[in-house]
Formats: sequence, structure tokens, C-alpha cells
Amino acid sequence: MTMRQPPAPDASPPAPARVAWWNERHGRAILYQILVVAGVVLLASYLVSNTLANLESRNIATGFGFLEREAGFGISEATIAYSPADSYLRALVVGLLNTLLIAVAGIALATILGTLAGIARLSPNWLVAQLAALYVESLRNIPVLLQLFFWYSLITEGLPLPRQALNPLPGVYLTNRGLFVPLPAWDPAFGLALAALAVAIAATAALTAWGRRRQERTGKILPTFRIGLALIVGLPMLAWLAAGAPTDIDAPTLKGFNFQGGGRLTPEFAALLIGLVAYTGTFIAEIVRGGILAVPRGQTEAGGALGLKRGLVLRLIIMPQAMRIIVPPLTSQYLNLIKNSSLAVAIGYPDLVSVANTAINQTGQAVEGIAIIMAVYLTVSLSISGLMNWHNRRIALKGATR
Amino acid sequence: MSQPPVTETPDEIFAREEEPVDGLHKEEAPPRARGSVLGWMRANLFSSIPNTLVTIACAALLAVAVPPLIQWALVEAVWSAADPAQCRAAEGACWALIEQKHRFILFGLYPFDQHWRPLLAVALFVVAVAVSCHPGFWRPWLAVLWVCTLGICALLMWGGVLGLTFVETERWGGLPLTLILAAVGIVCAFPISIVLALGRRSEMPAVHALSVGFIELIRGVPLISVLFMASVMVPLFLPEGVTVNKLLRALIGIVLFTAAYLAEAVRGGLQSIPRGQFEAADALGLSYWQKTVLIILPQALKIAIPPIVNQFISMFKDTSLVIIIGLFDLLTTAKTALTDPPWRPFYVESYLFAGLIYWAFSFFMSRYSLFLERRLEAGAKRA
Repeated sequence: MTMRQPPAPDASPPAPARVAWWNERHGRAILYQILVVAGVVLLASYLVSNTLANLESRNIATGFGFLEREAGFGISEATIAYSPADSYLRALVVGLLNTLLIAVAGIALATILGTLAGIARLSPNWLVAQLAALYVESLRNIPVLLQLFFWYSLITEGLPLPRQALNPLPGVYLTNRGLFVPLPAWDPAFGLALAALAVAIAATAALTAWGRRRQERTGKILPTFRIGLALIVGLPMLAWLAAGAPTDIDAPTLKGFNFQGGGRLTPEFAALLIGLVAYTGTFIAEIVRGGILAVPRGQTEAGGALGLKRGLVLRLIIMPQAMRIIVPPLTSQYLNLIKNSSLAVAIGYPDLVSVANTAINQTGQAVEGIAIIMAVYLTVSLSISGLMNWHNRRIALKGATR
Repeated sequence: MSQPPVTETPDEIFAREEEPVDGLHKEEAPPRARGSVLGWMRANLFSSIPNTLVTIACAALLAVAVPPLIQWALVEAVWSAADPAQCRAAEGACWALIEQKHRFILFGLYPFDQHWRPLLAVALFVVAVAVSCHPGFWRPWLAVLWVCTLGICALLMWGGVLGLTFVETERWGGLPLTLILAAVGIVCAFPISIVLALGRRSEMPAVHALSVGFIELIRGVPLISVLFMASVMVPLFLPEGVTVNKLLRALIGIVLFTAAYLAEAVRGGLQSIPRGQFEAADALGLSYWQKTVLIILPQALKIAIPPIVNQFISMFKDTSLVIIIGLFDLLTTAKTALTDPPWRPFYVESYLFAGLIYWAFSFFMSRYSLFLERRLEAGAKRA
């Protein structure tokens, strides 16, 4: 360090050195940003002008006008009425609904399977833990697309024709044309029961909130779980009984070359569902296992010391803390499942990508088709991650902002 | 922090001399044999009644499933047959399919008499990977080794010099193609991902917004749509007359996709660098790039290694999606081998073969990532 020199008696305070604006931090930041933005804009305009020139030379119209036109292709399974005479827009909506269907069913089943496998890997029972580990370690490391092909081949080539259908349970038929299960024949009573179920769920939610407030005020515990269970099971049962308790079953029966009636899972849907659930389940299992392991052992012991039973320790102490760790990676697995459902195109399940792909091939409007696919997935992804972030904030530790 | 020295205390000091009071103390049975097979089984399989029931259920499941599986895979399997009819006659697995088709599955449409070239390239690649796995070898010469390895691999695959016949990329296929997609994808995506991660952490709003926009856009859409975009739209993006081959188009899609995901892994590493490191670098008067390259990135990348390896694994598996845009990777060749009608029923064998190769690579990488995580943790614990 140098000693401070006494100022010369006639020196005026030194004027701040003039720095050129491009050498200043702020000025430089603006300069860099202008350069970057200009580069991106130039690149984009170059690509767009090329694209327009190419499209013009190939006589492909631009714009989304084609959505109004008649699609002219059939869709093998649709949740809403659809015929080839409908517009491309309606075909895409059918595809989107199929994507959402597989996403909802896949997420629900993968969560159940993954949670079970994750807990099983921590089981004190050696055999259970090893079986769960075998499942997780084998399927996790094989591409999901290969698994989809495998399941699809297994169903379409491994299962017998409808005439020799496998019949593992009464009324359940496994054939290479799909999996058939009996369903209760539709009756207005089920509408009533569904309404009763909705009422019961709402009532349970209200009761839980009230019970918690009362517990905080008075310390008395309301057996919320039992009352809720009674409501959710009981009310729909009562409604069903009151409406005359219809018990007709719509069972699949062999007519000609295929089964009629009952519920049918097409080979494509079944293969996609099994493949996605089995694959995503392995990742969820690891997340659940990691989440539970991350809760310190002292928490379990402290819960025991408070005199809580094992089940209560798990439900009141371990799970709420584990959930905080589990939810963020679980969200990204849900998003992965939704994005992986686009592999449906490889086995012919008419999801959004598959329908859009057909539309692209028929109209040649690749840019618009891909833009639609991307916009839809982006919307779904962003809304789910928004929802899960909100949930995550709700269960996060108060005061711990990170 | 100094701890009081721990002295060895003889156990006898704590032994109670007086007789136990009735009702407070119960004679416990001596601990059951530990260490023996029976003791282990009792502790791990039959510790309680529900546990025993679960064990019995699992054992029953295994008893039902395993013997037919062994019967199918080993006992009644056909190991070698030139004619698929022999397989059809047998009850078991048709490993003869692998015998007949393994060269097609492994190397695709590559000229048959030249198969030693992709084989050698794969072997070289695997050796290079094995060498790079040892942290002791993380030295500058490793980069040189990789440049040489990739150069020799490219030479072997393409040929056209040294008396090797030229093989165009359209004929590449199978395992080499899968490894090329994965390796080139990772190598090209990595620098892009660092730029994106730095951009996302930048204080310049325009740079930040562009990076976030790109990363979230790519992460929000499925890989298929990116591959479609690369395969359909890249030809539209380029001026008329300029063509790009299919392999390069697929690589562009894979690189863009991987870069966005890797960027998030790198950002995780950047975020875990303590503020003091940035401030110390500033205090030394380092410029932004000096600070980033000399101080921040070496630490951040080290922390980010496990998530980066995990990203490698998922990307390696994701290369199988190129089947949808018509490239002949390992999955495509395994599927195409089945289009030969007489071999059609033996899809399980073909998919199992390809699946096992994918599994071996992915499993090795995931174990390696665990090893690294433990090693890095051990390094961090010193602090």
C-alpha cells in the first residue's frame, strides 16, 4: 500500500476523467444488447425471407386458412363426433383431446405405480426391495420409444385373434384388436351418483377446512378422514340406491370377427398407456424414494417420541416434508410424460402430433402445422408448471425464500 | 472447534449391580443369530406377519414367472438356424434371429464387407469414453485425444482416403449412428448451453429475455416437434439450391433441444457458486470474461457434472426418436430387421437385443454419475 501523498497546495480537486460512453458499464451493456438483438433480428429475417421465397416457388399458400377446409381423412378413435367431412380444425381438436386423454390417464397411473415402486424400494422386505429395484433399473435405462414398439408388437402380434381371445377374468377379453372390459350399462342413476360424488367431495373439502380451524382453536381433532371417506363412498351409493339401483352390465360379446359392447382400449392406446406409465413410473419411483430418504431420521424418531403411531408419523410428519422435495421434480416428470405422449405418432395413436403430421403431409403447410403443435404443448406445459409452482409455494416453508 | 478427547471407558463402569425391580425390567431372549443365513432371512424377509405374507406373495409370483421365462429364453430356445421355420417349430426364443441379423441391427445399411470400419470406430469411441471417465485423466491432453478419436472415427466412417471406399451418410446406421448422434449432439450442444446459461443469468434485459425465451420454448415442446421442425423446416430456411442431408438436419434438432436442457443444468451450477466468488473476482479487477472463464465456470461446471451426465443419458435414449424422421439408428434397424416376413414373429428377441445395448450404455452412465456425485460430495465436505 502506498502512503497517501499530501495534496499540492495549489491543486484543484481533480475533475473526474471523461470516459467514452462505450467504455462505461451501462453504455456497453446497451451496445451489446443492440448488437445481440440486431443479430437475432437479421438471422430471423434472413430465414423468414428464404422461407417465403421457398414457399412461393413451391406454390404453398401461407396462413391458417387451411384449418377451415375439409380434412378428408379418418381418425381411428375420437372422443367427440368426427368424420372425414369435418374441418382440419376439428381434426386437430380431436387429436388434442386424445393427447389430453392419454396424459390424464398416464399421469394418474404413473403416479400410483411410481409411488408404490418408490416405497417398495425402501421396504424392509429384501425381496420386495429387489423386485422394485429390478423394475426401476431395467426400464429406466431403455428408450421409451423402444418400449412402445415392444408393447405395441406384443398386443398386435402376441395376443390372439378375437375368436381365441384370452379371458383372464370373466368378461375381460385380451385380443390383438384391443382389450375389452365390461362396463355398467349407462343409466340416469349414474348421473345422479356422479352429482352426489361431486357434492360429497365439496362437503369433505369444507369439512376438512373447518376441522382444521377448530383444531387450531380448541385442540379437538375431527376424524376428517373417516367422515370424508363415509361421505365420498356413501353419498353416491345412496343416490344410486335411490335411483333404483340399476345393475345392468354392458359386457363385450363376440360378434363376427370382433367384440361388440363394453369398454374397449385400442391396441394403440393400450400400448401407449402401458409404455408411458411403465417408463415414467420408474422416474417417479426414484423421486419418491429420494424425497422420503431426504427427511432426516430424527423426524421419524421425534414423531414416535410424541407418541404418534407409525401411520400417523408417515402421514403427518414424513410425507408433508417429503412432498416439498418431491413436487418440483414430479412436475417435470408429468411434463415429460405429456411430451412423450407425442411418440404416439410412431405407433399410430391419433394424438395431436399424429393428426397434425397427417395435415402437414396433405396440405404441405409444415410451418403452420409445427407452429400449432408447439403452441399447444407450450400452453399445456406452461400452465401445468404454473399450477405446480403455485402449489409448491403454498407448501413451501414460510420465510424460506429460494 | 476442538472436541474434548474421548477416552475409552470400560463397559463395566455402567453395569448395574442391583437386582432389577419386578415389572420394570423383563428378561429378553438373547439376540437371534445375526450374520447367519437364517438370521438374515428372519430380519429381511420374515420380520413380521405382514412381511412374511408379502414375501410369500413375491416368492409365488417369481415361482410362476421365472421357470417359464428360463424355459423360453434358454431351454427351448433356438440358438442357431439359417431358416426361420426351425424357430417357428420350437417353443422357445429365437436367438437365431440375432445370429442372422446382428450385423444389420448393429451397422444398418453400411456396406457389408466394410463392417470392420464402424466396428473399429465404435471400439475406439468406447475406449475414449472409458479413458475420459477417470477423473485423474481430466487434463488438457484429453481434449486432444478426443479430437483425434473423433477424427479417426469420421475417417473410418466416411472413408474416401487411404484406400478406404467412400460411404455416404445415407448408408450409415445402427449403433455407430446412435453414438454419432449422441456424441456430436453433446459436443456441439455443450458450448451453446454455457452461453445460454450465462445469458439467462445476465443483467442485460434483452440477452436475458432471449435466453429465457429460447430455453423455455424448447423445453416446453416435445423433441419430436423439434425434429420435425429440423427435418421439414430447415430446407425451407435455406436459400434455394442449398440442401442439407438428413443426418445433419437431425443433428441440428438434437443440438438445439439438448442445449436448452443442458443450459438448465449449467445454470444450476452457476447458481450454487457463492456470491463471494463473484465479488472476489471483481475485487481483483478481472473483466467479465476473465471472471467467468477463470473463476466461475470451473467451479460451476464441476458442481453441474452429475446433472449434465443425467442429461447425457436421457439424450442418448432420445436419439432413438430419429426413427420418426427416417434415420437408420439402432432402434430403426432393430425394427426393420422384423420387416422380413419369416422373422416377423420374433419381435421380442430383436427389441430385447437393441434394448440391452441401450440399457448397457445408459446403466453404465447412471452408475458413473452416482460415482461422480459421491466423489464430488467427498471433495465438498472438506469446507
